[in-house]
Amino acid sequence: MNAGRLRVLMPPLVTGALFIGAWEGGVRVLGIREFLLPRPTSIWAQLTSQWPTLRHAGWETGRIAVSGLVVGIIAGVLLAFFTTRFRTVNEGITPLAVAVNATPIVALAPIFNAWFGITGTLSNQAVVVAVVFFPVFINTAKGLTEVHPDEIELMHSYAAGEWTILREVRIPNALPFFANALRLVAPLSVIAAIVAEYFGGPQDRIGNVITSNAGFARYDAAWAAIAVASAVGLALFATALLLERVSMPWRLVGGESESTTKP
Amino acid sequence: MNGAAVEVMGVEKVFGRGSEEEVTALSGVDLTIAPGEFVTLIGPSGCGKSTFLRLIGNLLEPTAGSVEVFGKSAHQARMDQDYGMVFQHAGLFDWRRVAANIELPLELRGWSKADRSDRSKEMLDLVKLPDFGGHYPRQLSGGMQQRVAIARALSFEPRLLLMDEPFGALDEMTREHMQGELLRIWHETGTTVVFVTHSISESAFLSNRVVVLSPRPGRIHSIVEIGLGERSEDTREDPRFFEASTEVREALRAVEDGS
Ligand SMILES: Nc1ncnc2c1ncn2[C@@H]1O[C@H](COP(=O)(O)OP(=O)(O)OP(=O)(O)O)[C@@H](O)[C@H]1O
Ligand SMILES: [Mg+2]
Repeated sequence: MNAGRLRVLMPPLVTGALFIGAWEGGVRVLGIREFLLPRPTSIWAQLTSQWPTLRHAGWETGRIAVSGLVVGIIAGVLLAFFTTRFRTVNEGITPLAVAVNATPIVALAPIFNAWFGITGTLSNQAVVVAVVFFPVFINTAKGLTEVHPDEIELMHSYAAGEWTILREVRIPNALPFFANALRLVAPLSVIAAIVAEYFGGPQDRIGNVITSNAGFARYDAAWAAIAVASAVGLALFATALLLERVSMPWRLVGGESESTTKP
Repeated sequence: MNGAAVEVMGVEKVFGRGSEEEVTALSGVDLTIAPGEFVTLIGPSGCGKSTFLRLIGNLLEPTAGSVEVFGKSAHQARMDQDYGMVFQHAGLFDWRRVAANIELPLELRGWSKADRSDRSKEMLDLVKLPDFGGHYPRQLSGGMQQRVAIARALSFEPRLLLMDEPFGALDEMTREHMQGELLRIWHETGTTVVFVTHSISESAFLSNRVVVLSPRPGRIHSIVEIGLGERSEDTREDPRFFEASTEVREALRAVEDGS
């Protein structure tokens, strides 16, 4: 068990260490100037000296991301259930949702500021909700409807009604699709929150820390904020993976290659 | 309860009516199956055997004609959960462990947890998979999955069993074992069986009557009565069993020759 876990963790750790080492060495040897690309050690120095500000910013941005995630996921899942229950609604909404999903929603950030106020967090949260909502809705709806006809026939042979089929077949069938969406939107929510912060909202967040430091040519500090942001995104992604593992034990067994071919 | 177990009258089934891919899967089919009878459907691929079973199970509506099961409409019989079906593809739920797959129909009938688990254990013994109740379907081979599907259909002792090539994916020895078990269950419970197979010897070994279908459109070409009486493993070497197989084979040849 422990040896196995080590074997899984070793390659990324080694690669990561090599990458940071090459970065540090490359910047020194090639004499790249710090404002173009700061050395990892300078970023680290900023990270420690500015830790209280960065921690606060990371925490607040993380809260925006998570609250937007929760609302977006709930809304997406609810609408998915609703549309699969009513076929005609589905036929109307789904193509529209696919179209909306293809538009870059973060571009709406300045408009949301006008709608929800530029000083509060609501407009930032709204951007995250809008970004999270569509992939969750589209994937979940797909999982609820793309059920093998044989499985529906089997349930009909038991005289099962729509609710029973929903509970026993459609929902478990949709779980892998939902998990896929979750993996996608978890880090996306952090990106959306930061881009939204570039345009408005309170001034002590990751987005503002990046823009204000970059504005004063303190690139090492900006990079330190970016490092915090990626840590938050990574944490959310890891949570999504964990949820996926505990909610679908049947996908962990058997052929590993097979589990990657399904959605 | 008197009357037929299954009564198929003047049934026609057309898929995709009016479209370019219109297919008449079955046409002018009449068949009466008595309670407790074991009837096998045999015929070339695509002649409408699976369609026939689905019509009996009310998973499809006939285009014309009617299907009655135990004296009621096929729809009512399905609602009353009068039959158990084994599909051509095992169709187990990935997310349920093997035992939970077998227990699904029992769950839907409101059995208690203790009764369900007792029954699924019995069923797993029956299909020779006693140690696999806790596995997930994807950890089983195709033939093992098919046996689980059989166990699932038998678990609630339905009055009517509809089986679509249930033993197709099994090796010869397991297949013979399952045939023996099926005959034993049939004997003990007096259930009616409608069984689809591609195997001539299987049809002769198992059934009272073999219904030979001809393709495009699927029709009943002929019905072969098998008078073998009670079967045992010795039946497989009985000259009368070979005669019965020969009779089915000749009927199938006649279908191929289009006569
Ligand atoms: N759902 C469907 N939609 C359209 N056509 C269908 C459908 N199901 C069956 N058919 C057609 O009906 C005909 C009979 O199909 P069926 O599955 O009943 O054959 P079968 O005898 O079970 O064949 P096999 O032995 O290969 O399983 C085929 O021509 C098939 O293309
Ligand atoms: Mg078939």
